[in-house]
Amino acid sequence: MATVFKKPSFLTDVPFHYCPGCTHGIAHRLVAEALEEIGAKGHCVGVAPVGCAVFAYNYFNCDMQEAAHGRAPAVATGIKLVDPDNIVFSYQGDGDLASIGMAEIVHAATRGVNITVIFINNAIYGMTGGQMAPTTLLGQKATTCPDGRSVEINGYPIRMCEMLATLDGPSYIARCSLADVKNVKQAKKAVLKAFRNQKEGKGFSFVELLSTCPTNWHLSPVQALEYVKNQMTEQYPLGVFREV
Amino acid sequence: MSELILKKELCKGCGLCVQACPKKILTVSDTETNAKGYYTVEITRAEDCIACAFCATMCPDCVITLEE
Repeated sequence: MATVFKKPSFLTDVPFHYCPGCTHGIAHRLVAEALEEIGAKGHCVGVAPVGCAVFAYNYFNCDMQEAAHGRAPAVATGIKLVDPDNIVFSYQGDGDLASIGMAEIVHAATRGVNITVIFINNAIYGMTGGQMAPTTLLGQKATTCPDGRSVEINGYPIRMCEMLATLDGPSYIARCSLADVKNVKQAKKAVLKAFRNQKEGKGFSFVELLSTCPTNWHLSPVQALEYVKNQMTEQYPLGVFREV
Repeated sequence: MSELILKKELCKGCGLCVQACPKKILTVSDTETNAKGYYTVEITRAEDCIACAFCATMCPDCVITLEE
């Protein structure tokens, strides 16, 4: 019998600590599969964020570096400059990348550093217990906006892909969703392209993955996927925003 | 002939595989639990599996291995 599907070798045997139904696990697997496919074994360094994925260094079977909150693109820039032969990626959530780390991501993008950034957007601060994030949808409830996010008090959600796509630095910017099998397969292609770009020296690549947080959204895992499909993709349209 | 191998000790019973399966041959058990206390996924009609790997694609915890 031939194996059709198995856990990629770029993931360790450590079980994920994520909540049931959290799509971080799917995103980890996509990154691991892409790294495997481009043959990054032995010359790959990942940068872990602060947030739910803070333990990413336990899960990826490559060299990993933990960064201070939001500073992953800056750390990744340093690692890439020291040894440009390394495949370097950062894996960040929306609280990390779009809030405290906004300066780092914008400047890494505009410098066009040859790294790959995987951005997990689940519209909430997961690890700290469900506070409002910069990406929280209008009307969406969180512990710090219990009546739902309102424009008057909290302003509008930030669309990172569209914003970064206005810069001249990045080579590839795409947004995908992890809501169903079809979208996961498309996301896999985008992640793979982002890593191929880096291998070919094309420059900064950024893939946003619309993800779920069933625990803090107070939805079942299946309902959470529906929420991504119906509500989130309305605010965050899928597609490729820049390709050079 | 295909075979689904489930590492039930990793399963958290989220049911994303159950929803993804086009043949509806998976279900989350209401009796069997693993060491973590989660109700785990089980196969009801293994012979109906078409080896599409949709379940494994959606599984966030890499529980499923598929052989054909």
